[in-house]
Amino acid sequence: MSGARGRILPPLAAFVGFLATWQAIVWIGDYPAFILPGPLLVAERFVAGWVEGTFWPHLVTTLAEIAVGFTAGAAAALPTGYALARSRLADRVLSPYLVAAQAVPILALAPLIALWFGTGLLARSIIVALVVFFPVAISVMVAIRGIDRRLLEMARSYRVTRRQRIVLVEIPAALPGIVGGLRIGITLAVVGAIVAEWTGGERGLGVLINLARGSLFDIPLLFATLTVIALLGIALYGSVLLVERHVAARG
Amino acid sequence: MSDAPPPAPAAPAAPAIRLAGLHFAFLVDGHTVPVLGGIDLEVGRRSVIALVGPNGCGKSTLLRVIAGLLPAAGGTVEVEGRPVSGPDARIGLVFQEPRLLPWRSALANVAFPLEVAGHERVPREARARDLLGLVGLRDWAGARPGELSGGMRQRLAIARALALEPSVLLLDEPFSALDALTRERFNVELLRLWERIGSTIVLVTHSIPEAVFLADRVVVLSPRPAAVAADVLVELPRPRRLADLDAAVLSRTAAEIRAHLGGATDDAFAVATGEVGRHDEPDAVTA
Repeated sequence: MSGARGRILPPLAAFVGFLATWQAIVWIGDYPAFILPGPLLVAERFVAGWVEGTFWPHLVTTLAEIAVGFTAGAAAALPTGYALARSRLADRVLSPYLVAAQAVPILALAPLIALWFGTGLLARSIIVALVVFFPVAISVMVAIRGIDRRLLEMARSYRVTRRQRIVLVEIPAALPGIVGGLRIGITLAVVGAIVAEWTGGERGLGVLINLARGSLFDIPLLFATLTVIALLGIALYGSVLLVERHVAARG
Repeated sequence: MSDAPPPAPAAPAAPAIRLAGLHFAFLVDGHTVPVLGGIDLEVGRRSVIALVGPNGCGKSTLLRVIAGLLPAAGGTVEVEGRPVSGPDARIGLVFQEPRLLPWRSALANVAFPLEVAGHERVPREARARDLLGLVGLRDWAGARPGELSGGMRQRLAIARALALEPSVLLLDEPFSALDALTRERFNVELLRLWERIGSTIVLVTHSIPEAVFLADRVVVLSPRPAAVAADVLVELPRPRRLADLDAAVLSRTAAEIRAHLGGATDDAFAVATGEVGRHDEPDAVTA
């Protein structure tokens, strides 16, 4: 029991401390709610937003973009990362483009993609996929390259086929590194979705932020939306961790 | 069994292993470094051969060429009268390190070769269980390699090498990472195992007493490029026991082998004190 308490108590205390600091800043600075609302006001708006059904449609839209974009981006990144690790040619040909694409901020790229593909699910998912692709591809490459060559020689001595080598040895050996990349990818997917939503459209948590800041001028709602986004990020990250643990336990 | 030729009518008297004019070279920085310089060797069925030689002379390389992991530059390798042209189910290779898959249980590690060969789950697990029993690890089927001692891991590696019932078992300094006492015990265990499975064993070792204790013949290799410098018969009756380590014939044979080596080797003492480098890299690179 003391173990469970020991696990819950420190993060809880840190959270209370965070809220207290926030409230203290509001009191000391005596800021109006449209500059920095206090945690109580934000909590109120957060609850009201759920009760009134303000958040739901936007959350569902953002989640859909993340689901489609993350899946597509990661699915493309896995074979690409493998090819980068195992083929010198692929590494030489693809690496410059990958790095160049990554060096261009997605914020600058998003309007262009909106111009080509509109502001719907497709365009937004493409943006999410682009953001997810790079870190996952690189971590797959690093993980595959890091596999102990002696294990591969052992597998070769039992005449593994190429497919058996990949499925029975390389993927499980590289899994911790691959999942590490997916963890980075899923958090970046949230960023990508919000950025994509700023380019236009009618729904999404990013759209709601624009609305709250602009036409509604409801700054507590803006903060409540930020809270939803943060919780979404934590929930998605946690689900990747769950999958990771499940896979690790299955071995 | 990559493109094994049509079952040649191997004479029943064909030796377990026959090496004829075996050459091998590494390419290092664009230079060809000859490692094996024409090795001729015949190994009788169900016999134990120990390979000794100066450090870096190509003993591990020779095992890899026999196992089909490295292509010979010239000459032939035959197992029971049929050539070896790549990794081969007739040959089991135990590396210097256990090389287990850390995410798999002991059972699944032993079953790995069977899984690769396409055996169904139930029979392959039954077979893996038998093999675990053979090496005294029956109760550790569910353990991960990380939960086992170094000696247990190496036993697991031997069980895995036996999974496809190879007629030839190649061991590359399999016990070099173990302490001296454990190592003596494992040598006895290896002989018991050999009596039960009846395969031919070729073993690389740095320890002359170990070579003499285990083997019917000790083959001394010359410095690189390696050739057979001497082939010493061990006239110690079987079954052998630890007490035989003190037998006069053993020290006499060991002295003979040392004379052939001309002091060019490191002995069990050097192994015990850690002076002997590991053989992760090809011998040619360790120069």
